[in-house]
Amino acid sequence: MEIYEMTIHQIRKLIEKGDITAQEVTEAYYNRIDNVESDVKSFISLTREKAEAQLDNLSDKKGILAGMPVGLKDNISTEGILTTCGSKMLEDYCPPYNATVTNKLQDAGAIFLGKTNMDEFAMGSSTENSFFHNTHNPWDLDYAPGGSSGGSAAAVAAGEVVAALGSDTGGSIRQPASYCGVVGFKPTYGSVSRYGLVAFASSLDQIGPITKDVTDSAIMMNVITGHDPHDSTSVNQDYPDYTDFLKEDVKGMKIGLPAEYFDIDFDNEVKESVLAAVKKLEDAGAEVEEVHLTGAEYALAAYYVIAPAEASSNLARYDGVRYGYRSEKDDDIKNMFTHTRHEGFGPEVKRRIMLGTYALSSGYYDAFYLKAQKVRTIIKEDFDNLFKDYDLIISPTAPTTAFKLGEKKDPLEMYHADIFTVPVNIAGVPAISIPAGFDSKGLPIGLQMIGPHFGEGKILQAAYTLEKILDINKKRVKL
Amino acid sequence: MATNYETVIGLEVHLQLSTESKIFCGCSTSFGADPNENTCPVCVGLPGTLPVLNKKVVDYAIMAGLALNCEIAEYSKFDRKNYFYPDLPKAYQISQYDLPVAQDGQIEIETEEGIFNIGVTRVHLEEDAGKLIHEGTIDKSTGSLIDYNRGGIPLIEIVSEPDMRSPAQARAYLTELKKTMEYLDISDCNMEEGSLRCDANVSLRPVGQKELGVKAELKNMNSFSSVEKGLEYEVARQKKLLDNNKEVVQETRTWDEKLNKTISMRGKEEAHDYRYFPEPDLVPLEISREWVAEINETLPELPREKYKRFISEFSLPAYDAGVLTGDKEMALLFEETISYFNDPKTISNWIMSEYLRLLNESELTVSASKIDAEGLGTMLKMVDDGVISGKIAKTVFEKMFETGDRPAAIVEEEGLKQISDSDKLAEIVNRIIADNPDAVEDIQAGKDRAIGYLVGQVMKETRGKANPGMVNKMLREKVK
Repeated sequence: MEIYEMTIHQIRKLIEKGDITAQEVTEAYYNRIDNVESDVKSFISLTREKAEAQLDNLSDKKGILAGMPVGLKDNISTEGILTTCGSKMLEDYCPPYNATVTNKLQDAGAIFLGKTNMDEFAMGSSTENSFFHNTHNPWDLDYAPGGSSGGSAAAVAAGEVVAALGSDTGGSIRQPASYCGVVGFKPTYGSVSRYGLVAFASSLDQIGPITKDVTDSAIMMNVITGHDPHDSTSVNQDYPDYTDFLKEDVKGMKIGLPAEYFDIDFDNEVKESVLAAVKKLEDAGAEVEEVHLTGAEYALAAYYVIAPAEASSNLARYDGVRYGYRSEKDDDIKNMFTHTRHEGFGPEVKRRIMLGTYALSSGYYDAFYLKAQKVRTIIKEDFDNLFKDYDLIISPTAPTTAFKLGEKKDPLEMYHADIFTVPVNIAGVPAISIPAGFDSKGLPIGLQMIGPHFGEGKILQAAYTLEKILDINKKRVKL
Repeated sequence: MATNYETVIGLEVHLQLSTESKIFCGCSTSFGADPNENTCPVCVGLPGTLPVLNKKVVDYAIMAGLALNCEIAEYSKFDRKNYFYPDLPKAYQISQYDLPVAQDGQIEIETEEGIFNIGVTRVHLEEDAGKLIHEGTIDKSTGSLIDYNRGGIPLIEIVSEPDMRSPAQARAYLTELKKTMEYLDISDCNMEEGSLRCDANVSLRPVGQKELGVKAELKNMNSFSSVEKGLEYEVARQKKLLDNNKEVVQETRTWDEKLNKTISMRGKEEAHDYRYFPEPDLVPLEISREWVAEINETLPELPREKYKRFISEFSLPAYDAGVLTGDKEMALLFEETISYFNDPKTISNWIMSEYLRLLNESELTVSASKIDAEGLGTMLKMVDDGVISGKIAKTVFEKMFETGDRPAAIVEEEGLKQISDSDKLAEIVNRIIADNPDAVEDIQAGKDRAIGYLVGQVMKETRGKANPGMVNKMLREKVK
């Protein structure tokens, strides 16, 4: 097995034994990047200098991620390193400060190889909305990696990094993880600091890890979760050691399959693969029952009011005054604002800003924003009620496997790629996507496990068990 | 027949709170720093930054709410007010929309027309914006610079009910509000420096009509007198329109200090849609009753209460009570002085005449001046005890004001002690009588005024130190 195919825990063992050095690990990953990046194009920027500086400072550190080459989605602030959000608007923007997660990874000894590609301001499900370029799915380069954290998922799948961080507002970690055959975890809202994550929809955004297996996911979670005084929505409590949950045991675990999800007409191979995986959990002792999530059918509608509403406000600061792109048509302030935003944002971002502005406008607020918030309350209650009786809810991560680059032209069709993931963000609960199999085209199928608030442990335990049973996660892309 | 109109005024007052740090970050709020020195990624709204509420700011807002007799919310929250302007780095202001910290209060004011209760609709928290600095005049400016030092400084907005019926009442309300906030020590309340800003809503309606008339919103009044002048102008303008059967248009008008008139800024249709919605980056603010009770304990006696008490407890004239309580420190000095010299009216007279004169001349505040209660009290007692004369006291007080020295030490050092030794005085009086036979004759002829002349001569001889009562008595005895 090549180093670039290994997981964090495998590499750590080799480093601990002295078989390999951190320098060699980074070198192996940079070689891999040199070999495949021109095909996959996971990164917006590579940060070799930063990585070398981090390696130099590593000797005296024994962090849990010591020497691990990681990628950061390009909406996570890195001091002095471009943080573009995949947008022309921030093409030249270098933050003067680090996101809390950036510091946490750095303190744990991680080596930053680069900033990964994404849909502009995390708006999209294919990474095709990046201002810079498309990222290709490492399993088949004609296919999209999913999005918006498509660069992070592709980089992990292609072995360009051992792990990466993404952000998930409506499925942006889980859906690309599903398309790229890797593990993506969206933690409970409030368990990972958002400080330094460039906001898309503040009440939904959450940072999480994309890794090669569940064990690495738990390791990354140990590093990034925790209360942050810089984020008022970060929950102040004790966070567990997530690796304690890496046990092969689902006996007596109660699992719900939401009828409303499986009733939707979607890809049969995906459905069968997920149901087959569930059967295996049942065989291992889990109790599986059909459950109902009645509010789920309105989740997507509510999401496309709430997320754009918040985005319209969050993205208003890109006005050309202080940083970022500024139009040359700046003869007066109104013109400067208008042209800067007209030229600096791509079509999907503009679409959502307009949607959100409309939804918050006087006279429409009650009909849209307020109603969407009511739906949100119902969906939360739905989940809360289910989790009184069930440990986990399982569904496909996405209704299909990866689609071809350029295939989806209709934005609404694209929005449907997030139909199973969006309700999770609306409710603020945690969920993971792990590989459940491959379709006939050889593309990975993702299975989603949803847990109650701060139920990350249960999710990791079931996911770890299923990963062992299915034993497919060692399969690596051929590039 | 001309209709009689009633004036209806409501005020919106913005106050900068004098906390050490800003409302949502740790930056200093100090005045006079270099441009953009007091800024950080949070208060310039860099991508990815998040606000964290400064608890002290909430303490201050609760204090203001309690002092204005408001209900303090148990559950309050922040909202975003969205609009584009270069001084607003996030393009939204974090403010409070439907659940302010405090609501439903009132404040008592007094004008020459009487005593009125003015309703306080709400007190809410928000962040201040930065400051634009234009090269040259705004319309011909070649460029603008932005100083974000002010951005993120905590503000409270105090909104009144439309309860004021004249510009004079509006001014009295502002004065009372300012005094109250100064007593709470939560704001500098300096209108010229912008730590207190006032917008006014003004309309007219026929006397007896309940429904409000069409209002104009008045902005850019930079002093108390410009608030009053602006309102007077606006009332007259609207009255003239109505008298000529013309309509008042709902609009925002700006007060032009130089032209002494209000000018239309924007109409109703150009009004912003701020698209308020709950700030998702902050958790709702829960204000426990214990917290409110704790703050309530720390509230000082407020100026209006103090004013009434000074009248009842010390039998001061209303005018004196008003002047003394106009400044918290002065009121404190007054009350403390009583424990050294128990004659409130004399203290009041002294403070209002000598002390205020010296303060004005030196442009000092009470707290910056060197006069303290012990010094003032013991000095007044020295006058009362006949140790120094009233006239000498003025000299002593000026020295105290200048140096902060104790009055006894000044009297000692400068040899200002009053001469009350009758032998010594008799000697001088005899000499003066001998030197002024004409005056003596006048007195003997019944011209009493000449006594004054002789007393003056004795005082001159003693450089003011002779005990004037004794001199007077002695002269009368000796001349008759």
